[in-house]
Amino acid sequence: MKIYLSRDAVAKALGAEDVAVAIRDEAEARGITVELIRVGSRGMTWLEPLVEIDAGQGRLAYGPVRAADVPALLGGEIDTLGRVEDIPFFARQTRLTFARCGVIDPLDLDAYEATGGLKGLRRALAMSGEAIVDELKLSGLRGRGGAGFPTGIKWDTVRLARADQKYIVCNADEGDSGTFADRMIMEGDPFSLIEGMAIAGIATGATRGYVYLRSEYPDAIEVMQEAVRIGRARGLLGADVLGSGRSYDMEIRVGAGAYVCGEETSLLNSLEGKRGVVRAKPPLPALHGFLGKPTVVNNVISLATVPVIFERGAEHFANFGLGRSKGTIPVQIAGNVRFGGLFETAFGLPLGELVDDVAGGTASGRPVKAVQVGGPLGAYFPREKFDTPFGYEEFDGQGGLIGHAGITVFDDTADMLGMARFAMEFCAVESCGKCTPCRLGATRGVETIDRIAAGDPAAAALLTDLCETMTDGSLCALGGFTPYPVMSALTHFPDDFARQKEAAE
Amino acid sequence: MSASAATSGASIVATEQDLHEIGEIVARHAQLEGPLLPMLHALQDMFGHVPQAAIPVIADALNLTRAEVHGVMSFYHDFRKAKAGRHTVKICRAEACQARGANTLAATALAKLGVEWHGTTTDGAITVEPVYCLGLCANGPNAMVDGRVVAGLDETRLDALLAEART
Ligand SMILES: Cc1cc2nc3c(=O)[nH]c(=O)nc-3n(C[C@H](O)[C@H](O)[C@H](O)COP(=O)(O)O)c2cc1C
Ligand code: FES
Repeated sequence: MKIYLSRDAVAKALGAEDVAVAIRDEAEARGITVELIRVGSRGMTWLEPLVEIDAGQGRLAYGPVRAADVPALLGGEIDTLGRVEDIPFFARQTRLTFARCGVIDPLDLDAYEATGGLKGLRRALAMSGEAIVDELKLSGLRGRGGAGFPTGIKWDTVRLARADQKYIVCNADEGDSGTFADRMIMEGDPFSLIEGMAIAGIATGATRGYVYLRSEYPDAIEVMQEAVRIGRARGLLGADVLGSGRSYDMEIRVGAGAYVCGEETSLLNSLEGKRGVVRAKPPLPALHGFLGKPTVVNNVISLATVPVIFERGAEHFANFGLGRSKGTIPVQIAGNVRFGGLFETAFGLPLGELVDDVAGGTASGRPVKAVQVGGPLGAYFPREKFDTPFGYEEFDGQGGLIGHAGITVFDDTADMLGMARFAMEFCAVESCGKCTPCRLGATRGVETIDRIAAGDPAAAALLTDLCETMTDGSLCALGGFTPYPVMSALTHFPDDFARQKEAAE
Repeated sequence: MSASAATSGASIVATEQDLHEIGEIVARHAQLEGPLLPMLHALQDMFGHVPQAAIPVIADALNLTRAEVHGVMSFYHDFRKAKAGRHTVKICRAEACQARGANTLAATALAKLGVEWHGTTTDGAITVEPVYCLGLCANGPNAMVDGRVVAGLDETRLDALLAEART
């Protein structure tokens, strides 16, 4: 019998290692032969640690499983949730980027190949750089790190630049609260990222790559380092990629706990060993990036989606989605939700359907009050805006952004003045210090919100002015977008700001 | 900040052995493209903080001023000038954990330990740091204990972890 158990950080953080030990011990005690396969996460994190047992009738799911449950589990005394693929949260998804995540042992390169892996790279190796970029443009893939810039156009700029050395830099800084897609794919299917980066290298003529991975992700760091080692040993990376005569190699670099280092120019400074301050643009990183050389900077999901585009063709990908938001998006459902985790779906699902149906409302059972979409720089959406379809332009049109596609749900106990204050405080803590509107504005913002809380009637107008200054004058989106959560809280939840005033009077 | 750096600075005297290890680590990373962060991480892994004695060695190897090395080190939340407590507990303060009760959990833990954020308990056992998201955001409140992530915390589980760290 085969038993699958997640090795993803969520599962481990909820006791998966103890479950693994218990499974081995119990199997031995019962004298049954068990092949225990450690996989990535299926993304249904409320079920972690999730155990799947395959005794010839498909992979039957059990979860959450504690170590103490294992004797009953192997004794057949626990009811299954059914086949994983039939669990509604899973069945409703369209898994392209995450097709393999949770299915195979993430470090088993043969299993990766057996499930379509490396087909995209093999195809790309037979194409010209121009043809690769054209295909990527046709797919409509836009950057998943937040800005939504067309990936094909970025690659083309690097491809056409002349230089003795070019670089592929993967942005794995994933600092946004409410997001974990990068972590999950790196832990659950690291070769998809490596393959995507190799295709980027082949397309643009970049022979070296770096993954800038945040230090808060020890499990992802471990898996990625091991995957790179295996990739080198197996000829996927190195001087002769898959025997093509082309060269591409890469390294994992660890961040050091600075949110702003997710901003691409700050990231490049950090990677060079400098303070992670933001660089003025232009020059674009595509022309003047790492060590001054032409550099592709892409998010993990952007790069990990490239292999499936080349495996199945650009059109297959582009046929999913809504308007100019093509393909699928791994929505990360977080915060106070009943069914949380990673939900990959074609663009276009209304926010409310994600919150009320897919996530099943709040974990606390109380009414949903607000949903922050797009991390700490994203707006708080009230229920009145729940019909907004998930897409770049659609969220922009509603005064928000989808960012890295995390949605964080709050119940009616949330204090929106407190959340606005936190947004300003976070900006003050994480500001790189280079521009005044962000560095000083955020601190003033905290003070101004405290004045509102104390009942100062003039303070709300001051806060609005301050936010305008930050939006217009900040060098990057840290200071520039902090007004999104602040102003959306103030605009959509005025009672939380007024109530404080009454309390003070 | 300056007070704690001064007191701890006095207690940190690099031994011959330390200097030897510092030299090795710096030399091992010097040829990388962008070697400074990997160096600082390796030093911190070895010593639990970045020893003052390493700064001139790094500056020499990378052709930087000591002030520049300091400037880089102090920019990043991860790097410590002085040793932390025997265990470091990082509690997530970010939004998705807040939505699941992290504020109350953190406030209670800080009060019980008698410290503020970044503080170390008087017995030197635990340093408490804030962290902004560990990527386990549907399962909070979450924390990281000495580099290991723990999810789905409530007061009882966190108390147990803290008690374990103090023994
Ligand atoms: C403050 C700030 C933080 C950011 N954090 C991240 C991050 O953690 N990951 C990421 O991919 N992009 C992040 N970005 C966006 C990057 O600057 C950049 O747009 C992205 O890496 C480009 O890759 P993409 O085109 O594949 O999205 C951040 C931007 C800002 C302003
Ligand atoms: S917000 Fe706490 S783990 Fe993401």
